[in-house]
Amino acid sequence: MKLKLKIWRQRNASDEGAMVDYDIDGVSPDMSFLEMLDTLNEKLILDGEDPVAFDHDCREGICGSCGVVINGDAHGPEQTTACQLHMRAFSDGEEIVIEPWRAAPFPVIKDLVVNRGAFDRIIGAGGYITAPTGSAPEGNSTRIPKPDADAAFANATCIGCGACVAACPNGSASLFVSAKVTHLNLLPQGQPERTSRVMNMVEQMDAEGFGGCTNTGMCTVSCPKEIPFMSITNLNKEYRRAVRETTKARAVQAKANPS
Amino acid sequence: MPDSSAKFVGEGEFFTVGDPVTDDKAPDGDIETRWDRRKFASKLVNPANRRKHKVIVVGTGLAGGAAGASLAEQGYHVVQFCFQDSPRRAHSIAAQGGINAAKNYRNDGDSIYRLFYDTVKGGDFRGRESNIYRLAENSVKIIDQCVAQGVPFAREYSGLLDTRSFGGVQVQRTFYARGQTGQQLLIGAYQALSKQIDAGNVEMYARHEMLDLIIVDGRARGIVARNLVTGELSTHLGDAVVLATGGYGNVFFLSTNAKGSNTSAIWRAHRRGAYFGNPCYTQIHPTCIPRSGDHQSKLTLMSESLRNDGRIWVPKQMGDTRPPADIPEDERDYYLERIYPAFGNLVPRDIASRAAKNVCDEGRGVGPGGQGVYLDFADAIKRMGEPAVREKYGNLFDMYARITSENPYKQPMRIYPAVHYTMGGLWVDYDLQTTIPGLFAAGEANFSDHGANRLGASALMQGLSDGYFILPTVLNNYIGSQKFAAVAPDAPEVAEVETLVKERIEKLLSINGDRTVDSFHRELGQIMWDYCGMARNDAGLRKAISEIRHLRDEFWKRVKVPGTGAELNQSLEKANRVADFIELGELMCIDALMREESCGGHFREESQTPDGEAARQDEKFSFVAAWEYGGQGRFGTTGGDPVLHQEELVFDYVHPAQRSYA
Repeated sequence: MKLKLKIWRQRNASDEGAMVDYDIDGVSPDMSFLEMLDTLNEKLILDGEDPVAFDHDCREGICGSCGVVINGDAHGPEQTTACQLHMRAFSDGEEIVIEPWRAAPFPVIKDLVVNRGAFDRIIGAGGYITAPTGSAPEGNSTRIPKPDADAAFANATCIGCGACVAACPNGSASLFVSAKVTHLNLLPQGQPERTSRVMNMVEQMDAEGFGGCTNTGMCTVSCPKEIPFMSITNLNKEYRRAVRETTKARAVQAKANPS
Repeated sequence: MPDSSAKFVGEGEFFTVGDPVTDDKAPDGDIETRWDRRKFASKLVNPANRRKHKVIVVGTGLAGGAAGASLAEQGYHVVQFCFQDSPRRAHSIAAQGGINAAKNYRNDGDSIYRLFYDTVKGGDFRGRESNIYRLAENSVKIIDQCVAQGVPFAREYSGLLDTRSFGGVQVQRTFYARGQTGQQLLIGAYQALSKQIDAGNVEMYARHEMLDLIIVDGRARGIVARNLVTGELSTHLGDAVVLATGGYGNVFFLSTNAKGSNTSAIWRAHRRGAYFGNPCYTQIHPTCIPRSGDHQSKLTLMSESLRNDGRIWVPKQMGDTRPPADIPEDERDYYLERIYPAFGNLVPRDIASRAAKNVCDEGRGVGPGGQGVYLDFADAIKRMGEPAVREKYGNLFDMYARITSENPYKQPMRIYPAVHYTMGGLWVDYDLQTTIPGLFAAGEANFSDHGANRLGASALMQGLSDGYFILPTVLNNYIGSQKFAAVAPDAPEVAEVETLVKERIEKLLSINGDRTVDSFHRELGQIMWDYCGMARNDAGLRKAISEIRHLRDEFWKRVKVPGTGAELNQSLEKANRVADFIELGELMCIDALMREESCGGHFREESQTPDGEAARQDEKFSFVAAWEYGGQGRFGTTGGDPVLHQEELVFDYVHPAQRSYA
């Protein structure tokens, strides 16, 4: 296959960046999208040019490292990761536009590589269960109904790739946050921190500059792990509940300790 | 100890033999109480004093992530590194199958002792009894810990934890989270670590790569790291260093490892004096999707569970290129069922892998390049119906279809063995301490508790056992047993390492040759696969050593690394790693040449039973090979020859016997 590539090139965070055209020949339909970029890079290096920087690691669709916008779609035309997208999804002679994730909280580092540290900070704000090492109770002493365990699992499969943000017209991180909140708040182990978790995670999400959710649903369309849109509904429910709880707790406290 | 007068193959030519090495940390006496006694004998550090101590942890996978979270929770100041953009992306995330634990929830006769017994045997008697017993003991606590963290393990309708059985074991002890157990366990560790990062107890450096180790007064005291975004080199000093940097399967270029998985941290530590244990032990997994062409960058594993219902075959006739449906039943060779009637398609990994290679070497392989065998579900679909097969294996079939664009419900899948897990790594004692005091190695980065032939569902167990339960104890002991004078940032030991790292980067950037890093990596991988892969022999290994030495010279003359060191430069990152792989590859071949026996993952053609099975030679090789770096070779020049130290293996509880699957 012969292809025309238009790739976003940007030397570093402060560089302006621009689309650059490349012609590539000899692309096999069996190549993954990233292998196609590898092939281009081998050629660029030998021609004395700077290869295109892009993030990738496991190339099995599970680590969440890779992610580019292909012809306007996060991870491209199929609902999978860029590493599991194969060139047979394109046709000979096609023009392909390749850009980094676009969202203010994901600043470009170089070419197609962006900084998704905001996601780690959101998890750090409450996306965990406090379980000290070595003193955990017997595993089967916490029974979890199978439907709850399955729903928790379905949300826990989020790979944190950021496609939901890239696909959202508002640059919202609601699907990512909702997956974690739904996973942990569904479980009995997650109950003690249920309220503070959602409050802190949403607060951090806002502080990072992600946009609000307007129920467009593009996030679920591009999510390679098919995190359900319902999770956002659940996030909103959990958040409203947490706001009520927190307000109530403050009122009780104010009554007990009038200043 | 094996007969010391006998010479090893290659001795004097490629390596010399040094004094034996012993593990003096494992207590004697009852195996059941060894770890408890070791824990009790370990020094404690007053909680108020812990925050004064800095521990450097490199890697954030199951072992590193768990260690960082647990040490920070104890009160240590942890400085942690990963080369990925987030600790959540470590390659432990890709493990599929499950994690073993001796919970005996099924009342099917499982026990800690049985898990220990199965693992010593499955490890082909090349692991340490003390360590393996401790692993089995900790397995139970690992599940409890992960459940408490909210890891969504599979459950039964009753709400109790579900288990399944896994290759070659007669009890049902594998806990799992669909086909994504590694992901869920890693996310658990990552979340625990994230909490500590947010609390300020862990200083996290993502997109940073360790490039060298700093040793002061004979003890590991720090590392030099490169910021992969800015290229800036920085020095980090502390009281102990933990390497949890995973395996080195990418020495073969094509493997199931993530593209970034590398050997640099442990190899640089080896160059500074840490012994390297059993480098040649490589686990080759039989059920991988074959490569489709020269462009291929990595291989994808298919769960081994497929062998429960699929039948493996190749055409009887050489060079038969007919589509599988056109090959009549009597012209098919169901070779595993033919050679191993008792186990059939369910023979252990090493046997299934080698048998596939043999039929392909005979010219009976299928698919592009003849490097594949059929894994056929036609009978299973006839017997169970397509919906039942879809229910059981649907996600794997979909993955196969996505990668190959073939419909596995309509035509047999093609599979071929692939490099999966490396069982060698830095040699460590019972305390997971390397031969450099203060330098610890955990998870796949160490030479592994379970020895030669790792069983399924035990790698995750080892990573978490090391990280959650062993390191917190042994680091207390190490830190509590000595005084730590502050190391001055401008100490000569520090400056020397910094200079060397800088010079190496400058050298790589200055060669400006005519070959890309990947071209060298592919060539190395081909040599390793051909001569140090599934089957090895004397002549092949000698050839490989000579070819690798040539390749190393070429690399340092002809490699082309574009760009500068002061920016995100992925070619430079690769060049740094491939240079280390080339050196490690040579040591792997030397180790394989020396070990003239077939043992688990290592099959020496000269050592087989009359019917072609692996033959161990316990009298001569019942030891761990701990290799000492031979000299200070720099930038592609050969140092001195490596030195072989043998650690004798003693089996008091499980007695060696030949494996048989006929």
